Amino acid sequence: MTAAVQAPTPPAKAERPVRLDRRRGVGRFAAALLSPTVLVLALVIGYPIVSALRLSFQVTHQGINPTTGMVENTSHVGLANYAGIFSGDSASQFWNAFWNTTTFTVAGVAIETVIGVAMALIMHKAFRGRGIVRASVLVPWAIPTAISGLLWKWIFQSDGIANTVLHTHVLWTTEGFHAWGAVLIADVWKTAPFIGLLALAGLQVIPGEVYEAAKVDGSGAWRTFFRITLPLARPALVVAVLFRMLDALRMFDLPFVLIGAHKHSVETLSTFAWYEASNLRYGTAAAYSTVLFLYIAVVAFVFVKVLGADLIGRGVEGKKK
Amino acid sequence: MRIKRSMARRAVAALGVLALAGSLAACGDSGGDSASGAKSDKLTGVGPITLATGKDTTGTLNEILAEWNKAHPKQKVTLTELPEDADQQRQQMVQNAQTKSDAYTILNLDVVWTSEFAANGWVEQLPESEFAMDKYLAPVVKTAKYFNKLYAAPYASDGALLYYRTDLLKQAGIAKAPTTWDEMNADCTKVLKLPAGKGMSCYGGQLDKYEGLTVNFSEAVDSAGGEVVGADGKPNVNTPEAKKGLDFLVDGVKDKTIPKDALTWKEEESRRGFESGKVVFLRNWPYCYSLMANKKDAGNKVSGKYGVAPIPGLSGPGKGTLGGHNLAISKFAKNKKTALDFIKWFTSEKNERTWLTKNSQAPVYGSLYDDPALQKQFPYLATLKQSIEKAEPRPAIVNYGDATAAIEEQAYAAISGSKSSAQALKDLQANLTKITSKDK
Repeated sequence: MTAAVQAPTPPAKAERPVRLDRRRGVGRFAAALLSPTVLVLALVIGYPIVSALRLSFQVTHQGINPTTGMVENTSHVGLANYAGIFSGDSASQFWNAFWNTTTFTVAGVAIETVIGVAMALIMHKAFRGRGIVRASVLVPWAIPTAISGLLWKWIFQSDGIANTVLHTHVLWTTEGFHAWGAVLIADVWKTAPFIGLLALAGLQVIPGEVYEAAKVDGSGAWRTFFRITLPLARPALVVAVLFRMLDALRMFDLPFVLIGAHKHSVETLSTFAWYEASNLRYGTAAAYSTVLFLYIAVVAFVFVKVLGADLIGRGVEGKKK
Repeated sequence: MRIKRSMARRAVAALGVLALAGSLAACGDSGGDSASGAKSDKLTGVGPITLATGKDTTGTLNEILAEWNKAHPKQKVTLTELPEDADQQRQQMVQNAQTKSDAYTILNLDVVWTSEFAANGWVEQLPESEFAMDKYLAPVVKTAKYFNKLYAAPYASDGALLYYRTDLLKQAGIAKAPTTWDEMNADCTKVLKLPAGKGMSCYGGQLDKYEGLTVNFSEAVDSAGGEVVGADGKPNVNTPEAKKGLDFLVDGVKDKTIPKDALTWKEEESRRGFESGKVVFLRNWPYCYSLMANKKDAGNKVSGKYGVAPIPGLSGPGKGTLGGHNLAISKFAKNKKTALDFIKWFTSEKNERTWLTKNSQAPVYGSLYDDPALQKQFPYLATLKQSIEKAEPRPAIVNYGDATAAIEEQAYAAISGSKSSAQALKDLQANLTKITSKDK
């Protein structure tokens, strides 16, 4: 903006302050117009975050008076809720939830990206009934997660379709690796179309001439895909993968509905924090939520810095040469 | 840029002010947070009240409330419907208590929440003299008390029943339902030898890792002569009796008298399992009785071919686990006199009869179970009365949420075979001791 102000040529020396004033006036006006939005955002986003942070440092000790049976709480400010992550009874549960959250995210997003890109490539092809295919691929994405959790619960129940089709008798919804797998399958089914949709948007901006040129140069299908399609669709794909990662890190309803509330094999950080809160340990719940919040923030930051900004920047520069 | 920067500054300033306000407000209320400060007020005040309860899908509730409102136009009761899910109901009531809101006057508490709400000082103590204590089924009263004081009025009960296949037992030449686990297994062996019993298992319950497992586990332990939590409030599961109880489930799953599928069964799944002919015997609640009669249900093979009996135990009839709901008065509500009057009227024998006939809800008055007319309509009533009279409440623990999670954890590990039953009970004893100990 400063560059734009300096740009006008010197002759109009008398006009400059006037313009600046006008700009300043416009700026103030814009700020005034936006201030209700900012205020609302501060109220509904800023305050809860700050309040949760404050709560996470509040350590509560509970005792029961042996004569009256009444609960007596004492609370002080300290780091015990965070220290509980590394030691104490809930440490192993926390790290189990942390591990599940991470593995769901890594495995889920990786599979979803591959399937999503494949879907996008198919949807991008010109063929009869393409509209129907595009619409139908998006149906899983349109179903609320809790509902799709319920659908998959019926599929994975002991006498459900999954066991009938596979000729097995796996009790998917019990504890174990199979429960983790069931959640992963349901998650991939639901969200691969999302990546597919965003990747399709990326594919559609690639000009046809690039492919024609590649064809003339005698580039094979794989080479074309890795050298042209993927790099050019990357900006859209990076956004899609980032969104999915942020989403997967706070996964809650799918394992909760599909497998159940207290199952360790699929417990995520969100469900663990929920469990703590529902047992009135708000301090620890807030601490775990804060850790999750920071974890998501770090992942997003690293992803944008490493994969997003730099790689695309280099890609664009490379093209210019 | 300038605009953006000043906006950012303003946003930060706003946040700061808000944060400050928030922390100040929090400092203000933290002083009164401890429940010990809350003294029991007298139940005074007349005027409109609210009843916070889970969804009533039958419309019976509205009819009964309308009757009260017609007779008491100045003390109207308004229905506050809470979510269907029990966990969410509890959460909303807890939130209401923690913000000391007067939005809910009367709370419809699940029987296992009584201790938590009483100990935290969220509900008023009720005068026993105002209620017909001698008319209630004795175990029902236990669920309404904490530290020997009455905190809620008995409103609905629920007890375990053993559903069994009358047709198959008859074919196998068995005249009456089994009363012990050994008898049940012997009867089952005979049934499975029949052509009609091919591919069946013996017994089903609710063994998925959820509240139902706590119920089934406590039931097995109690039925074997053990106890989960003793009369002194101390856990007592590391005993030979408790092991015999847990082993009934563990061994059953191991030798397939309990189908492996039961590890995924909740109430409804187990009902479908019984209806589709997977098991000869099923432990479930009375609500299934009328549902199983439904011939239109496609997978239902048992319509007209089942009976109910008290659940069996190790050496005689077993002890069920009590379910049900009680009504309590929120400590932070207004018009508590009206609330008390309403509860007395609402849980009167007349209204309990209406609930039973219209909603097949198990009443808390013994007399209703003995009524011949009602027995004709609900053939399970006499058995249910026996069941409830012998039943034990689930462990009365203030931190019940943690306790039930610990029980589910260890019991599930044992029945799914990832831990020996002895080890599971040892661990459970340690966990429960920690949960019930004074300073957590």
